[in-house]
Amino acid sequence: MTAYAPGDRVRTRTADPAGHTRLPRYARGATGTVVQVAGSHPLADDRARGLDVPAQPVYHVRFAARDLFGDGDHGVTVELWHDHLDHDTEGRA
Amino acid sequence: MSDDHGSSLISARVRHVEALLESRGLLDAGEIDTRIDEFAAGGTPANGARVVARAWVDDGFRDRLLADANAALPEVGLSMAGGLQEQRLKVVANGPDEHHVLVCTLCSCYPIALLGPSPSWYKSEAYRSRVVRDPRSVLAEFGLDLPAGTRIEVWDASAESRYMVLPRRPEGTEGLTEDQLAGLVTRKGLIGTAAV
Repeated sequence: MTAYAPGDRVRTRTADPAGHTRLPRYARGATGTVVQVAGSHPLADDRARGLDVPAQPVYHVRFAARDLFGDGDHGVTVELWHDHLDHDTEGRA
Repeated sequence: MSDDHGSSLISARVRHVEALLESRGLLDAGEIDTRIDEFAAGGTPANGARVVARAWVDDGFRDRLLADANAALPEVGLSMAGGLQEQRLKVVANGPDEHHVLVCTLCSCYPIALLGPSPSWYKSEAYRSRVVRDPRSVLAEFGLDLPAGTRIEVWDASAESRYMVLPRRPEGTEGLTEDQLAGLVTRKGLIGTAAV
């Protein structure tokens, strides 16, 4: 796994998991920009299921409101785990 | 049994589980309140206000705070290590053309050590769902009418990090002491739903 870096454009996954997830619904399938690497933690989605999983990078990812909601001139920054990002469809900036 | 129950269904369920745990000797009477008090001990918006006041009078501290808040907090005798593990803190600074506001859309994540327990509106579905979608209108309802040219940045604290807003120092406060400046800072200012 290669971690993303500030400035990288990333796209969030669209999957709608049956259990807990820290990828908010409003930020699914959206493209944003990595602002900062915010440490490394086990994926909360897995921990909520009682799984003992290794840590992975966590990022502050900023989305333009229009890319989330279709309009708006503000930004929304969400903290996302590496596994919340879709690594197949989006290359590095 | 702990105090401060609401009348909702979830409160009744929690009360029932708590009673069962107590009857089986797994939990001492009042233990949950004690643990909550321990967790929240020392947490008050006055802490956040102290951090802000120091940042207003000391540019070096401001720079260190914005670069690595966890490393800077001990300079004012504070830390984010009061819980089970140290929580990462990111401080976001308001400027002439940008305003930051905090929310936790998934639950109610909040920097308790610096701001104390969160206000009820912070946990309301209305605030959590609307402020990411239309922050300008929500802030206006709080009485904060931002100029059209001010960019709004919303921070969703739904994961491991906690956030605090560094408000802009009000004009005309040049003669105030650090303590007096701290007295100007409100909880809403630290969340971003007020200017200071």
